[in-house]
Amino acid sequence: MLLEINPLVLPDVGLAFWSLIAFLVLLFVLGKFAWKPIMKAISEREQGIEDALAKADKVKAEMVALKSENEAMMNKAREERAKMLKEAKETAEKMVSEAKDKAKSEYDRIVAEAQQAITQQKNAALTDVKNQVGSLVVEVAEKVLRRELADKTGQEKYIKELAEGVKLN
Amino acid sequence: MSLRSVQSLLVATFGLLLITFSNVSLAQDSAHAVAAEGKEAAHAEKEGKFNVTETILEHIKDSHSWHLWGHTSIHLPVILYSDKGLESFSSSKLMNEHHEQVVYNGHYPYKVVDGKIRVVNADGSVNKEASARVWDFSITKNVTALLVSVTLLMLIFLSVAAAYKKRGVNSAPKGMQSFMEPVILFVRDEVAKPNIGHHYIKYMPFLLSLFFLILINNFLGLIPFFPGGANLSGNIAFTMTLAVCVFIVVNIKGNKSYWKHIFWMPGMHWSMKLFLAPIELIGVFIKPISLMVRLFANLTAGHILVLSLVCLIFIFKTVYASAIAVPFAVFISLIELLVAFLQAYIFAMLSAMYIGMAIEEHHHHGDHDPHYNESED
Repeated sequence: MLLEINPLVLPDVGLAFWSLIAFLVLLFVLGKFAWKPIMKAISEREQGIEDALAKADKVKAEMVALKSENEAMMNKAREERAKMLKEAKETAEKMVSEAKDKAKSEYDRIVAEAQQAITQQKNAALTDVKNQVGSLVVEVAEKVLRRELADKTGQEKYIKELAEGVKLN
Repeated sequence: MSLRSVQSLLVATFGLLLITFSNVSLAQDSAHAVAAEGKEAAHAEKEGKFNVTETILEHIKDSHSWHLWGHTSIHLPVILYSDKGLESFSSSKLMNEHHEQVVYNGHYPYKVVDGKIRVVNADGSVNKEASARVWDFSITKNVTALLVSVTLLMLIFLSVAAAYKKRGVNSAPKGMQSFMEPVILFVRDEVAKPNIGHHYIKYMPFLLSLFFLILINNFLGLIPFFPGGANLSGNIAFTMTLAVCVFIVVNIKGNKSYWKHIFWMPGMHWSMKLFLAPIELIGVFIKPISLMVRLFANLTAGHILVLSLVCLIFIFKTVYASAIAVPFAVFISLIELLVAFLQAYIFAMLSAMYIGMAIEEHHHHGDHDPHYNESED
């Protein structure tokens, strides 16, 4: 047989037996105490790296989003500020003009009232003056006429007529 | 650059020295033999004193003692099991002080013939019938190398595992751990994942053990002195055991579709199915046999090549032959380094492929393409 001819291709039972035992022992010991923990550690590390990368990407995206959000907010704030400033200016202008208008109308009113009061007082004063002048005139005339005229009733009538003539003026 | 050339010069000189000395010791050996036994001397003279085939085979084959240097060797224990029970004795009892094989009387009279322990008759001839009943479980040179390699693997990988435990998963690997991690990742990403698919994690311990056991023995086999030098992964018993392990795993894990593809190939005419079934069935056995033969043949061939180149010096009987032989031997040894890795990789990869084929789920039965035309080297 071929196996008998070449001793190299004839397997030794003893070596096969020891090989089997050695391989099984190796498989059991290393499988339990080396390969499993090593594979676990490697895959855990790989998972960790993957997670860290994914996290970094996520944070990066978040940062970008945050930045654009910030920018949008800034723009909005700027717009609002401009709007507010404009509104404030308008309000101030409005207030100023309103105040001006109010002041003018008040002034006008005050002036008108003052004029009215002046006219009234002037009239009152004129009336008073007229009355005083009238009474003075009467007094003076009485005094004058007491001496010159005896007929008192005729005189009074005449003076009254005169006085009415004055009032009509 | 200059350092490298100095290095190679040193290597060459060292090789030259080594070969000169071994030449001398060999001459002494043969002189010794001549003095010891006239019959042997006459035999040697007729053969031309130096038998290349015998020398090479002696280095490649298993042995009951481990030759260290000169006349020093480690005598390994012999364990025999026969119908008279288990017995164990030192292999030194099978050898006299002149390193010749002698008869030892255990349960049977034993003598080493052609490197194997045989039962001999009173006249010194081999008793074949009795020898067939004796099972040799000796701790031979290869078994010792196996135990050494297994111990080394355990030391290395248990310390690596401890490093993972100690350093945690978030720190970078260091030392032996960082040296082994890429190799483990290589086995995972290049061997297991593409060939097995997503169930690969279950087979990682098997593939890693297989790969590293073959790898370390391939490398130890390339070291020409103790504790290396045993041609374990070039021994057919060792490769057979590993191939049988792969065979068992593949066929135990084989699912329904795997067996269906062997006995009743889907998507074919019934006549083709009948035709393919025996071929596929033979393939089931051919696959592990190819694994066994490939590793054995590659490693043995490499060793024979290196030894042949060194033997050139003894064939030409001049030290100057080493000028050619040594550089070539170094060159072949370097190629053997590559082969050592490659064969471990191929063994693991094909095992993974066979497992992958056995556990693959076929969802489409309509169009079937045969995807197991593997390449053999």
